[in-house]
Formats: sequence, C-alpha cells, structure tokens
Amino acid sequence: MIRLLSVRLLQAILVMVAVTAIAFVMFRFVGDPVASMVREGATQAEKDAVRVALGLDKPVLAQFVKFVGQVLTGDLGTSYRYQQPVTTLLLSRLPATLELVIVATVLALSLGIPLGVLCALKPHAFFSRLTQSATLVGISMPTFVTGLLLILVFAVNLRWLPSSGRGDLVDIGFWQTGFLSLSGLKSLILPSITLALFQLTLIMRLVRSEMIDVLSSDYIRFAFARGLPRTYIYGRLALRNALMPVVTVTGLQIGQLIAFAIVTETVFQWPGMGLLFTNAVGYPDVPVLAAYLLFVGFLFVMINMIVDILYTFIDPRLRTR
Amino acid sequence: MTETTRPVLDIRNLRVEYPLANGDTLVAVKDIDLTIRPGEIHALVGESGAGKTTVGNALMGLLQAPGKIAAGSIVIAGKEINLRTGRTEGIVPGRDVGAIFQDPMTSLNPLFTVESQLCEGMLTHLKLSSREAKARALELMKAVGIPEPERRLGSYPHQLSGGQRQRVVIATALACNPQLIVADEPTTALDVSVQAQILKLIRDLADQRGVGVLLVTHNMGVVAEIADRVTIMQNGAVVESGPTREVLTAPKAPYARTLIAAVPPIDTRLDRLPVPSEETQVTLDARATVRRKSAKSETGSRDEVVLSVRDLAVEYGGRGLLRKTLVFKAVKGVSFDVRRGEIFGLVGESGCGKTTVANTIAGLVTQSAGSIDFEGTALGGRREKSIRQSLQMVFQDPYSALNPRLRINAAIAEPILFYKLASNADEARQDAKTLLEAVGLPADAGARFAHAFSGGQRQRIAIARALGPRPSLLICDEPTSALDVSVQAQLLNLLKDLRDLAGLSMLFISHDLAVIRQMCDRVAVMKAGEIVELADTETLFTAPKHEYTRELLRLAPSVERIMGRELASA
Repeated sequence: MIRLLSVRLLQAILVMVAVTAIAFVMFRFVGDPVASMVREGATQAEKDAVRVALGLDKPVLAQFVKFVGQVLTGDLGTSYRYQQPVTTLLLSRLPATLELVIVATVLALSLGIPLGVLCALKPHAFFSRLTQSATLVGISMPTFVTGLLLILVFAVNLRWLPSSGRGDLVDIGFWQTGFLSLSGLKSLILPSITLALFQLTLIMRLVRSEMIDVLSSDYIRFAFARGLPRTYIYGRLALRNALMPVVTVTGLQIGQLIAFAIVTETVFQWPGMGLLFTNAVGYPDVPVLAAYLLFVGFLFVMINMIVDILYTFIDPRLRTR
Repeated sequence: MTETTRPVLDIRNLRVEYPLANGDTLVAVKDIDLTIRPGEIHALVGESGAGKTTVGNALMGLLQAPGKIAAGSIVIAGKEINLRTGRTEGIVPGRDVGAIFQDPMTSLNPLFTVESQLCEGMLTHLKLSSREAKARALELMKAVGIPEPERRLGSYPHQLSGGQRQRVVIATALACNPQLIVADEPTTALDVSVQAQILKLIRDLADQRGVGVLLVTHNMGVVAEIADRVTIMQNGAVVESGPTREVLTAPKAPYARTLIAAVPPIDTRLDRLPVPSEETQVTLDARATVRRKSAKSETGSRDEVVLSVRDLAVEYGGRGLLRKTLVFKAVKGVSFDVRRGEIFGLVGESGCGKTTVANTIAGLVTQSAGSIDFEGTALGGRREKSIRQSLQMVFQDPYSALNPRLRINAAIAEPILFYKLASNADEARQDAKTLLEAVGLPADAGARFAHAFSGGQRQRIAIARALGPRPSLLICDEPTSALDVSVQAQLLNLLKDLRDLAGLSMLFISHDLAVIRQMCDRVAVMKAGEIVELADTETLFTAPKHEYTRELLRLAPSVERIMGRELASA
C-alpha cells in the first residue's frame, strides 16, 4: 500500500516536471520577453541590462531550474494584462469555478447513479426508456444551447433566477463563497445544471451498463440463490461493483470541468478560471497561459492519485499488491 | 412416516417450458420424477442441453424469466410447493435450499469479506443478531475444514485458494440449515486433488448432517465417487434412474449405454472410443486428398525428432520502469522431445506451466532461458514464415477461438492464402471445403458463421483451420475440456485419425489423465513448472515412479476403478 503510494507519487512528480518543462518552453516560443518589456528605441546596452536582470543571459538549464524554483515557491510570474501576480489572479478565480463544479458534480452523481440503476433493473419500462432518450438529448445538445435555453426560460421569461454573475459573495478568509447568501445560491442553479447535464448522462449510462454486467455475474446469481432481499442485492452487493469505473470517470470529469468549464462560464458570465483563460488566449497573456497549463497538469495528477487511492479502499484486491 | 425416511425432495412429473418468440414452446424438462432422501447424494447427469441445470435452477429459484414450471409437483422436506405461478412460490432460497455453484472464483463477491457473505443469509433468514451469526459462521468455517477460521473470516475471496473458496461457498450453502442442497458442477472448475477433497467434504456433510444433495454434473467419475443414486437425462427427459452402481455398471437404456461408453477409461487404452462413427465416403475421400497434399510432412522417418525442447524456462513479470514487479517462474527448466508422428502429452494441474510451455513453443510467449529446436531450426521470438506455418494450434475454448464475423470458409481459407498454399481464392475455398469434409462436417458448413455450430462442431472447424497450412506439429491445448463426453470421444477419435493420416506430430495438453491415456504415446507430468516424470504412456499409467504421478492417478475419479473395486469387494 505504502509502496504503491510512493510509486504513484514518484510518477506524479515526473509528470509535473514534464508539464513544467512545456510551460517553460512556452515563454521561449512566444517571442523575446525583453522586447516587450523595454521602451521603444532602447539601446542594445539597455536591453542587455534587462536581460541580465531577468537572468535570461544564463544557460537554458539554469533558467529552467530557476523557473522550477519559482514555481515551487508559488511564484508564477506577473500577468502581462492585469499587471498582478498570476498566483493571486488564479486564487481569486478558483473559488468561483470550484463551487460551480462541486455543485454540478454532486447533482450529476446524485441523479445519475439512481437513474442508471433503475434503467439497468427495468430496461424495458417506460420510465427507463424515457430517461434514456431524455439524456440522449442532454448529451447531444451543446452546452451553450442548454445554457441559453435555461436563461431564456428561467431568467428572461419567468424571472425566477439570475442569468449571470455569482450574486452576493461572503468573504471567509481567502475564499469568497456564494454558498452563504440566497442570491449566491440562486446564481449557482442555472450554470450548475448546464454543467451537470453532460456528466449526468455519462454517469447514468456508465452505471447502467456496468450494472447490467454485474447483474449477470455468478456472485449476484449466487446471492439470489441464497435468498437475500432484492434491495440488498441491488443496492449493496451489485452497486458497489458497478461503481468502480464510475470513480475513475467522475474523477477525470471533475478535472475536465474545473479546467474547461469555459463555455458555461462564458454563457453565464461566471467569473471563474475559464473566463480568465479565454481572455488570456486573446491577449496573449503568456504567464497566465503557462500558469494555467501548470495548474491543469497538477489538477489531473492529483485527481488521478486520489482516484488510485480510492480504488484501493473500494477494491480489496488492490490492497495486498 | 418418520422424520428420517421422509424425502427431502420429491419431484413428480415436473415440466419446465420456455415460450419461444415464434409462438412455439421449448420443453426444457419433460415430466421428470426425482426423490432424494436425507443424507442421500443424487446425481443428475446428462450432456449440455439435457435439462439438468434447469431442474437445479428451478429448485434454487433461479429459473430465467420466460421459463416457467408448467406442470408437476415439488415437495421439499415435507412442504408442498405452490407451482401455480410457474415459479417455486414459497421456497426461500438459502433457507430451504442451499446452493453450490460451479466456479468458486466467480461465485463470491470480490468486494466483500468472507464473514459478510457468510452472515448475510443468517441475518436475513434466521434473524440472528450479528454476534450470533458470527459465532455460527466460525462454526461453519470449522465444519468445512478451512484452516485458521478466525483469520479467514476477515479475508476477501481473492486471498483464498480455489479449494478454500469452494469450502466457503459450501459453508454459505449450509448456513441456514437447509435440508436440501443443489450442487451444480461443484468440482468442474477445480484440480483433481482439490476436487477429491471437496467431494469428500460433500459426502461427509451429507452423512453427518443428513442433508440431501442434488448433484448436477457431467462427470461420470464424480458420480461414481460419491453419488448414491443417479438419474441420466437426455433432451429434458429421464432415460434411466437407479442406484449408482447399477446404472453405471449395467446401464439398460441405449442412450445411457452410449454415454457411459463414451467416458474415456483411465486404466485401459482403447484403440478408438466406442462412439458412433461419422466417417462417410465423403469424409474418407476428403482425408485422402488432405493426405496427398500434405505429403511433404511424411518425408522424415518415424523416429526423427521434430521438436526438441531443452531447459526451457519462462518468467513473467520482473520488468517495470519504476519498480521491479515480482518475478513468477512459470516454467523452470523443462526438456523433452516430440518425434515425428507422435502424440506427446503434457499433463498437470492448473498453474503447473503446461499451457505456458505450449504458448512458448507456439511463439505466443518468449522464453527467458533454454532452447526450442524445431525441425533443425532454433526458435526464438522472431520466426520465419515457414516455421509459423508448420506449427499450428488448437485452443481450448471453441466458442472464442473463431472469429464471429467471418464465414467458416473464409476463416479456414485465410491461413491457406496467407501461406500461399493455394494459387487463388477459389482454390483456397476448395481446400477449405475438403478440410471441412475431412473433419466430418458437411460441405455447406463453410457458408455459415461460427454461431450456427455447436461446441463440438466449432472445435472441428478450429482443427480444420489448423490443418489448412499443412503443419508438421499441431499443438492442442485442452482441446476437449469444454465439450460433452460423447463429443469429446468423437473429437479424440478424429485427432487420432488425423495423426495417422498425415504423419502429424502433436503436443497434447490436458489435465484429464484418462484423455491423456487414450491419446498419447508418451507423457510428461508437470508440477510447479517442472517435469516430474516423463515416460511411455503405458509405463506411466501402469508403473508410475514419481509420488506426484501416483497421487494424481489415485485421486482422479474413475468409473471403472471405483465400480471395479466395489464389485471385487462385493
């Protein structure tokens, strides 16, 4: 177990080094930073001075080591556009995205799993067919269409819910939360439904097909042959086996959502990281882009590790290895 | 009627039907009668499709949805079962009928502890508290003979061996004190030594606890070993029923006689197994053609060594970028020769490395040490086309060995074309047709897909496909272990005929000693990656030298040995 963890940790570090290298290379590809920093018509001596001050005269490897050192201390450089430290920028946008993603994921799991189980148990029932086709619509409709439709119905026509922004925020230390105010909660509803729809469909279909597989297994037949109650067999014995791949997919989906909730955030003018990223691409704000790359890499590495650890908790077969 | 003589199971005129899509009805079980007394083991025997498993499933409450009990009566331990709804209304599976399944590797849930799976039933049916249930679980673990029962209760299924898992399954079956246990092929997935232990356990439990056991099996050896009475089924109907010895030694019904005759005997070698022959003139003609075409393999003399394996070792694992995985030595220095026209047997229990040896020779696995010399060429990982052509393989499971999307003709013609043994597709198709006839299939079989054929027919197709490239060595890995006895007998005869026909050498792998005795000229017995004994088949079976060989021979259930012994002592 400890061995498994240390191996995974080592792998994670290797991946992160590779990602850092790519982020580092990005600075070198997008033109000479000195040119954009000195005043127009600066002499070569002035440029050289800046170059030395930035440490750009040193060998590439030394520069990379310095870059890694800065990243490790949380210094991701200064945004060209906002003239603020990138770390501060990211941290100020992170709560918005995280809250949105958490609500969407909880929504997707709490609806997707039971619906998937129902569809597996009664594949021919009217309700199952209805759910299946409804979610098919959900998965095939682009996110921005769903979002706009929801805005049209609930914000414009019915005027029940706000169409954009996060509402009133409550400051708790470094974190600005929308969970603690009514308008904050109301603002979360539409964007989180939009974001959850795709996930919900994915999880539902996954649970359904896994459940159908598990139900035809010998150990479930054996459970029936022992006369155990149906609810117990389905809800505990079968479901736990069926949820194994759901853990992986949910983990990866969370990463996907945090990193690329861009469309939803744009539609709802949600001040999250996706919006920061799209703006950076347009500018081009290289430090922000590089930091974003690092952040996303880190996120996926972490999620994969957490999923691996969760697996060893769920599946005893992985513990003894 | 007293408690002891009251039957634990009394089935009268049971009829199980499956309505078919076209409006017809498939009668899976036709009006059968069956009675089991306390402490009695009653074997229900038949080939696949005979309906024996359907009877078991009906009793365990596992009858698949459209299937229904159409008529008859079932009384379990004096309790009349209401069959009006087509199901066994009122039977509580687990409490009234215990179940033992075939494969202990899959019948336990991998994510729950042994204790949890043992106690579930008791908590549900006997309403025990969890402490009482645990105490009883411990008792059961001791009763089924699991070492360190306290520790094992906390184990997960994957931490137990196959035999131990089957003991856990038996303990769960006993948990709620049912008077009847349905055991569906309880030892088919186990090695002979483990099989012997599990059979003894079932016999002891029946004797000591007075439980009646319905033993569903296809293995006559198992029947001879532990059953008191036996019922033979064919196409859903009972063809013969009676005390085991009577039925096995003097079967009356013609089908019973053929079925018992088809079981390969372990203590005599027969020239051919006595099954109806399928050799028509067409088959014989086709074989003559095959013989003419494969003339090249007859050039060598009979004693010439075709395959020479020296100190072969195969290791799995040990690689890995960041850490060394555990090295598993599957084969540890194995040496043997296969001569031209010889059938060389490799026998051993699961995990002994016999399949790894076959896969290494076939080039599916690369050896870590040692040499394989085939017709004068040393074989490594990368092989000449001509070598690959001369080495063909027949796999165990005919259901997964054929591509479901290829017509049979195409499947057989593919290797013929690949090795350029036919100048065009038409000629290859003609060859395919001849091969199909040579293995005893109708010529029009080629136009169909694999799913249209039974297991035995599919294995014939697999053999025809392997013969297409005109190999000089055919590797057969458990070619008949997925098949019924009568089909097995036919295939074994076929393989023998083909050997005689083309001077084909065979490496024949099996766990079944009786099959080995019928087929092989020489045999190597493998244990834990090593050959412990290598001898002529007759010598090995009549005068085994190694302790392990003697053990295997002693434990293999065999009809004529057990029955012979009983007859002698009577």
